[in-house]
Order: sequence, then C-alpha cells, then structure tokens
Amino acid sequence: MESFSPLSAAIGGSLIGLAAAILWLGNGRIAGISGIFGNLLPATHSALWRAIFLVALIAGAWVTAHLFPQLGVGGVKTATLVPPPAGWNIPMPVWLIAAGLLVGFGTRIGNGCTSGHGVCGLARLSLRSLVAVAVFFGVAILTVTVTGIV
Amino acid sequence: MTRLPYLATAALSGVLFGAGLYVSQMVDPLKVLRFLDFTAIASGGWDPSLAFVIGPAIIVMFVAVRLGRRRNAPLFDTHFHEPKTKQIDLRLILGAALFGIGWGMSGICPGPAISLIAFPPEGIWLFLAAMLAGSYLGGMVPATFGAKEAIQND
Repeated sequence: MESFSPLSAAIGGSLIGLAAAILWLGNGRIAGISGIFGNLLPATHSALWRAIFLVALIAGAWVTAHLFPQLGVGGVKTATLVPPPAGWNIPMPVWLIAAGLLVGFGTRIGNGCTSGHGVCGLARLSLRSLVAVAVFFGVAILTVTVTGIV
Repeated sequence: MTRLPYLATAALSGVLFGAGLYVSQMVDPLKVLRFLDFTAIASGGWDPSLAFVIGPAIIVMFVAVRLGRRRNAPLFDTHFHEPKTKQIDLRLILGAALFGIGWGMSGICPGPAISLIAFPPEGIWLFLAAMLAGSYLGGMVPATFGAKEAIQND
C-alpha cells in the first residue's frame, strides 16, 4: 500500500467532478473523453469546442505538473508506459497498438469510457452506464490477473 | 448559443479535468494497473487510490446533475445533451468488454491517454494513433449492430 494516496486522489477526483459539472451546467455536455475525442472527426460544427477542451486538458495536466512536481509522474517522475508481461515475447509497440485499438474501438461502440460512463453516467444514475462500468472494470481486473502485467 | 462563453467553458472544464488527472496521478498507467490488480489485495500491495478519485468525482457531478434538473437549459446552450438511449444491449456490453481488455493491458483510458501528451512517455503517440484508428473503425460499425435501437446522440 506504499503507493496509496487518498488525499491527492480525492482532490484530483473533486477537480475532475468540478470539470464535468462545469461542462454540464455551462454547455449541457457530458465530459466523456472518448466521446469528445472520437467525435472530433469528421469535423462537424462541434469540433471546435471539442478541440479546445482537449488542448485545455493537456494544458491543465502540464501546468499542474509544473506547479506541484512533487506529486509524481509528469512532475519529478518521468512518465513511462507499462511493458507487456515478461515471457509473452510480444514487442512493446505491438502491445501498445493492440491496447490502443481496443480502447478506441470499445469506447466508441460502447459509447463511453471511465469519464463518460464512470463519472457522468453514474452521477446521472444511468443503469446503462452502471452496466458498462461493471463490465469494463470487471474485464480490466480479469485482464490484469491473466496477464500478470503489474 | 453564446459563442465565447461557450468555448471558454469548454476550456475551463478541460483545464480542471487535466489538473485532476495529474493531481490524482491517474496519468500514471502503473498506478491505475495497481488498482486493477486485485491479486495484490491479499499481500497488501493493492492501491485503492482510483476509487478515491472516481468517488468524489461522481459526488460532485451528481450535485451538478441535480442542479441542472431544476433548469430547462444549461447556461450557454439551448438544451442538455443527455444521452438518449437507455438500452442495455450487446453493443454496450461488447464495447465495454473490449475497452476493459485494452485498459487492463495498458492502464490507459482515453483521458489519461490524451493528458500524457503534456509529458509524453515513449510509445504514447503509438497508443494514441491506435486509439484514434480504433475509434474511427468503431464509428464505421453500423449503428444497428448489436443494438436494440440505433443511437442518434447529437
């Protein structure tokens, strides 16, 4: 449990909730990153706010990493991705492409990810989102168990 | 819709979201995987942080949704863009399951994937390109596939 960080987690989570609240009450939009990202193309009339949101998302992470570098990855610690399980003999790029394709494809046909279904859907008491959250958390936990990637 | 306040709201929301992902350290794929690794619970190596991120986020958003229900419209648009479908169908479950596999393989979901551009780790561009391609492919799947009713969100 050495890495457990409930305080920074709760502060960060509250900021994410506030971000979702502002987008909902201001613009009536769900702060679901897969949807905002996935609907960038084709560039319709809504592409501008989506692009602005995503650039601001990167800027928000960058600015806080410079203000509070001691929090860890992105600050004092260099960000790294996790390599495929040892002994599987799968090259890292192949593993990352497969994971990225699954995340992009799955969130598109399932209409949401951790933010859209997880934060916003559960807050709206959507049964559909509850099912999605149970499935993707369950499958992700199973995947980590099977691969032993950690 | 009032254009400038609308876009400023999107920018403010994005900045806070990115700040929240960094502060909570959900930009660290290994930290996310340490939450998803339930095999470590018995040994005491499990990291429950992710639950302490998503919990407060849901509570804050829950209050906002309640406040929104008292109004007909958000401040800067004519209506709330509430997802229209309520169907729990194959499409939803298959999509969530495939996403779960990719998330469990990498510890990266879409928000952190994009936020990581701020301090890009080796391989993130490959992941992002694949995520974009996956989303594009998903968009080519007919809206009726595995669905009780086709979703037409605006």
